[in-house]
Amino acid sequence: MVDLTAVDKIIEGYHGDKTAILAILQDIQAVYNYLPREAMMRVVEKLQVSTTQVSSLATFFHAFSLKPRGKNIVTVCMGTACHVRGAPRVLDEIERQMGVKNQETTPDGLFTVETVNCVGACALGPLVMVNGNYHGNIATSEVTEVLDQYRKPAGQA
Amino acid sequence: MEKATTPQALLQIIEKHEKARDPNAVRISVCGGTGCKASGAGPLIEAFRKEIADRKLDVEVISTGCHGFCERGPLVVLHPTGVFYQKVKIKDIPEILEKTLDKGELIPRLQYRDENRQVYVKEKEVPFYKDQERIVFAMNGHIDPTRLDHYLSMQGYRALATVLAKHKPEEIVEMVIKSGLRGRGGGGFPTGLKWKFTREAEGDKKYLICNADEGDPGAFMDRSVLEGNPHLVLEGMIIGAFAVGASEGYVYVRNEYPMAIEHLQLAITQARELGVLGQNILGTGFSFDVKINRGGGAFVCGEETALIASIEGRRGMPRTRPPFPAKKGLWGKPTDINNVETWANVPYIINRGVDWFTSIGTGDVSKSPFGGSKGTKIFSLVGKVNNTGLVEVPMGIPLRKIVFDIGGGIKGAKKGRTFKAVQTGGPSGGCIPDKYLDHPVDFDELSKLGSMMGSGGMIVMDDHTCMVEVARYFVDFLKEESCGKCTPCREGLRRMSEILNRMVRGQGRTEDLAVLEDLGAVMKDASLCQLGSTAANPVLSTLQYFRSEYENHIATGLCDGRQCIDLIRYHITDACTGCTICAKKCPTQAITGENKQLHVLDQSKCVRCGVCYDACNFNAISILSGTEIREKLGE
Ligand SMILES: Cc1cc2nc3c(=O)[nH]c(=O)nc-3n(C[C@H](O)[C@H](O)[C@H](O)COP(=O)(O)O)c2cc1C
Ligand code: FES
Repeated sequence: MVDLTAVDKIIEGYHGDKTAILAILQDIQAVYNYLPREAMMRVVEKLQVSTTQVSSLATFFHAFSLKPRGKNIVTVCMGTACHVRGAPRVLDEIERQMGVKNQETTPDGLFTVETVNCVGACALGPLVMVNGNYHGNIATSEVTEVLDQYRKPAGQA
Repeated sequence: MEKATTPQALLQIIEKHEKARDPNAVRISVCGGTGCKASGAGPLIEAFRKEIADRKLDVEVISTGCHGFCERGPLVVLHPTGVFYQKVKIKDIPEILEKTLDKGELIPRLQYRDENRQVYVKEKEVPFYKDQERIVFAMNGHIDPTRLDHYLSMQGYRALATVLAKHKPEEIVEMVIKSGLRGRGGGGFPTGLKWKFTREAEGDKKYLICNADEGDPGAFMDRSVLEGNPHLVLEGMIIGAFAVGASEGYVYVRNEYPMAIEHLQLAITQARELGVLGQNILGTGFSFDVKINRGGGAFVCGEETALIASIEGRRGMPRTRPPFPAKKGLWGKPTDINNVETWANVPYIINRGVDWFTSIGTGDVSKSPFGGSKGTKIFSLVGKVNNTGLVEVPMGIPLRKIVFDIGGGIKGAKKGRTFKAVQTGGPSGGCIPDKYLDHPVDFDELSKLGSMMGSGGMIVMDDHTCMVEVARYFVDFLKEESCGKCTPCREGLRRMSEILNRMVRGQGRTEDLAVLEDLGAVMKDASLCQLGSTAANPVLSTLQYFRSEYENHIATGLCDGRQCIDLIRYHITDACTGCTICAKKCPTQAITGENKQLHVLDQSKCVRCGVCYDACNFNAISILSGTEIREKLGE
């Protein structure tokens, strides 16, 4: 069972404003790392909107995940600037090392690999973001080093 | 901050801050933009402040917005001397304070050097900046975007005060029409005309939107403007609201831009406190307030009607126009929507006047704002150039100047890399070959070349870029981003994607090229929004200028750019000295060989990641493609 107190708090923060629905879903994802079904149902109930409206938004925008994600989110920028500087090779290498494909989570739940269209740090491409930290000008041969930083258990960093 | 209750009171506050700014004060500007923060600027700024406090120096450390030269970050500029240091680390701080600040000695290792090892002392002398004309970016690098007093000390909100003290809304609309300002978000439509339509549209309530969705992957000027100078955008919007008669505004920002959202939120709060935003602005009876909306990260949401749908809490899908938003926009009311950079130009036009603005750029806008391209444009210069970053240049500057003077030419030119094309206009722009490098850059000239201005993405490609792969990349991008509402765009992109993906695997067919051209023509004519109608541009422009590359992929499996994984083989040549570096770096242990012996690459293990090629210092790895593979490897 998912604890929904955070969801209630988020909705209250927008004073039940129906037009804030996208922002509410974004905030929910920021807390839970994905959009739990129960949370979406709570939004439907509290805002008195249709299930279709919530699910149509949740499925339209790439940024939303309907599945739980890993502890660390590895986001590879696939924007044009990063692409021409070798982003596909970097993604290949990350997928190879993790043994999972884009949008998948490693069996140990430690990493989810995702791609993004651009994070607006294009001069530093190719660029990989881990949990919101930017790793710019990353060479294929440096992938291991970057990922290892996040493999260490907490407290040993 | 004290509240200003009349335009005159605001002018007095501004003058007080302008006077308080001592141009000769010793200040250290550290770039706190996203790029430099990614390279460690955050802790660097803190360390600077601590060190200066410890030494009890009378020096202000300013965390500024993006300077544009992100690749060399963290950037530090010492004022008033203008000494420019790049790639600065925390351990450099004591030396900077003792040597440069105290004794005026320069520290060579922190200075910028170009490809020819020429050293440049001041920021404005560096070739990257020398040919730029920084108007929208003028304050970035000087002010802390979280400090309203900094903005006020550089004429901030002076334009608004002037407008509210002296002008009628119609006069402002007329002024913006006369300035020839055209939308910086992609369409290039005259801003003043749009304002006029919104002003004249009937409606009890009107809205104003700032488009900060910045969907073009590879462009980040809107991010840097919002992060580095949020009050400038806000001031432009408030003036615009007064001109069109809007009472509520929205800024639609990408969720991937947390710092832009944070700085803008702060600016909104400060502007309300100053009395320039909210109810009864400066006691004039004019009211306007602004809310922030975070985008969901869909490219099509940058299109104005899709963006409006998204603000209304619906899926971001475009609808047919007309009616244009100026007539029927948000919640069915007249709505003016402009891009971040467009808004940021407005205060300057008011402060410095129409004549000044029209003196920059191309054409003659005295009779019609469509007559030319005026002012500057910020480009995101990225890809295979030596200097990457944001560059603000006057309209009409030749492409060559941007790529070779400001950009410092092709990266790896010494290793034999040469210029192949520059892609402008974002995913639905076009690729421009070298024979047009002397062409001026403005709205109309780029369209003539089969590309477009777009929002200002400029991606430089070298001879190691495959143009078929470039087209495939954009088509796949647009296929994913197509909202799927209209058939030509949805199905057209799918078919194009199938063909191009086949082609980059070496399975192209002779008839493919004609099919691509046919599909492109239909999409252009029949799509619902400009996403579909321009989506074929990358394919059509590469077919126009680089047709032989397509033909080679089909005929012999030759990838001219040596990029398509299925069509290339890495091969170690006799030039190998046996230094072992490639073998050590290869992630799949495909390379073997003794020290000082010729190394061998096992093709069955090679994943063609290119690590060995990048690592080799002796040019001993060649990339084979087409018939060479059979000739050299017997495959
Ligand atoms: C597919 C598509 C994506 C767009 N993305 C953006 C964008 O990210 N930012 C932007 O300002 N305009 C974008 N536009 C253009 C907007 O529809 C609109 O013309 C613009 O916001 C108007 O502002 P301007 O006149 O100041 O340029 C896009 C248009 C299309 C068709
Ligand atoms: S293209 Fe990767 S950050 Fe913009």
